[in-house]
Amino acid sequence: MSETNEPEILFGIYCPPHPQPLLSPEASEGYSKLRAAYDECRKRIEESEADIILVYSTTWPSIIGHQIQALEKAIWTHVDDDFHYLGSMPYEFHMDTEFAHSMKENCEKRGLEARTVEYEGFPIDTGSVVALQLLNPDNRIPSCILSSNMYSNRSETIVLGKAVRDTLAQQNKKAVVVVVSSLSNRMFTEHIDPKEDRIHSQKDDDWNRKILEFFDDGRLEDLSQLSRDIHGQIRVQKVVAYKPAWWLAATMGQHNNYDGEVLAYEALHGSGGAVITLTPSTGSVGDKEFDEDDVEFYRGDRNVLDKGMLE
Amino acid sequence: MAKGQIVAGCLAPHPPHLVYADNPPQNEAYSEGGWETLRWGYQRLARKLKNIDYDAIVIFTPHWQTYIGTHFLGLPEFKSKSVDPVFPNLFRYNYDLQVDVELSEAMRDAASQEGIITKMMTNPDFRVDYGTITSCHLLNPEWDKPIVTISSNRNTHYYSPEVMIEQATALGRACAKAIEESGKRVVLVASHSLSHRHFVEEAPLPEDMSKEHIYNHSQYVWDMKIVEMMRDGKSREVIDIMPEFTEQTIAETEGGGLIWMLGAMGFPDFPAEIYGYQSVIGTGNVIACWDPNDDTREYVL
Ligand SMILES: [Fe+2]
Repeated sequence: MSETNEPEILFGIYCPPHPQPLLSPEASEGYSKLRAAYDECRKRIEESEADIILVYSTTWPSIIGHQIQALEKAIWTHVDDDFHYLGSMPYEFHMDTEFAHSMKENCEKRGLEARTVEYEGFPIDTGSVVALQLLNPDNRIPSCILSSNMYSNRSETIVLGKAVRDTLAQQNKKAVVVVVSSLSNRMFTEHIDPKEDRIHSQKDDDWNRKILEFFDDGRLEDLSQLSRDIHGQIRVQKVVAYKPAWWLAATMGQHNNYDGEVLAYEALHGSGGAVITLTPSTGSVGDKEFDEDDVEFYRGDRNVLDKGMLE
Repeated sequence: MAKGQIVAGCLAPHPPHLVYADNPPQNEAYSEGGWETLRWGYQRLARKLKNIDYDAIVIFTPHWQTYIGTHFLGLPEFKSKSVDPVFPNLFRYNYDLQVDVELSEAMRDAASQEGIITKMMTNPDFRVDYGTITSCHLLNPEWDKPIVTISSNRNTHYYSPEVMIEQATALGRACAKAIEESGKRVVLVASHSLSHRHFVEEAPLPEDMSKEHIYNHSQYVWDMKIVEMMRDGKSREVIDIMPEFTEQTIAETEGGGLIWMLGAMGFPDFPAEIYGYQSVIGTGNVIACWDPNDDTREYVL
């Protein structure tokens, strides 16, 4: 245990899921800037004392609770569903199986359904492959990947983050945490010349820049509180909610005391791709009550409809 | 050359549970059975297909999700292991399949001419999705026919269910035209469930049928409404009601498969053959077949 019984999270990274920075960084100036930002993050991880890299990927949806990648050596060649023509992504990732198994137990202690996956050939998602390949190419540090449950909403996602804190504190591991997600996620629906890539709409760009201001100011909890608005405004409604800021805040600490740095913000086939770091610091921006309840345990569906039933 | 034709259209749901329950040698997981209503229905439909003369299966799957146009498999052979990302405990299937690339390219060209954004998939490392593997395994366990997989463009989420209907119908029409010009006899497959709300917990023994039931009654009632319309030959009405059905039951029809297939078949007004309905981890699944041949069409269930 650390002295304070609090986990030590060295810094957080927010990065995009699409494969261009890995497979075709030279295709446009924007992609190469994103690649350079990834490379900078890689260097910072190398220079840090991290024991584990923990990835929460929005491109790994799960249904049976929260899945945790636990295969000691995950080896495969991945190909993206859309961008298969950019090439294959062979990978070998080393998972921290000890972390994965305790994480499952800690999820369950907090009322979450969770399971580890340990299967040769399991299809690790594009976002996780891109992030781990660029951030930790030589497996210097073991990693772990968490899925994003399709049906989960705020309380489950917050509790999932807290289970990460429990596990890191228990194992006394210093972590770098990584969220893989676009900002605005609307892509162009036709093939484009990468050199002409741009954010899909002015509105998406406006919102992205506002979010980046918050990140830059280290206002992570404010972003967490804004998640539902972000979902409504700039997210294609594929899942029930925009969850990355909830998870990142719950995992790193639900406050605004961070040094934020936006290393790159570029279009990826129309979506908003940003590489951002957040480092815990002192001194908060603003001082206010938050609207959303905090939550420590997940107690399942509220069964509101059942309670209204006539006997 | 004789005109090509669509010799059957199958609605073929792909819960990996059904392959798991069958214990074929290709799958690594082992089960004690389960979901017989669907599996026996599939076996009956597979026997029917054995008696139909056809050259290829063309399958539209919601588990190859593309945002940039509609993609088509474009290499003659794919061999790998398909591991279900959601149910890896049940489905780790070693496949070795053949693709009718000529037909695939012809359909792609026809779709492009209709203004649909398209792409051939020619990366040999590409893993064929588990929807394709599951539906094709259950319809043709011998894998003795070439297939073509068509991806599901995400029109419903990106635009609306109505746009999906227009796009998938246009794609269906283009595919039908290409099939006709190819001179080939083709089985179409729409690979998906109906209502699609899953339980988020799994029984310790997934095939424990004492735990299996539909997620809620509303899903069941909607599914039955759709099945009844299929039986009555009201395929146009099925499509008309689909935006609401999809929204109310989070239905897997959102991927566009059934629209594409019925569109390709010109929205048949003859009854669909029904081979079974059952829930799988809470979702509603019907196996149905539209047989355009009046002489061989049956009243199955
Ligand atoms: Fe499915």
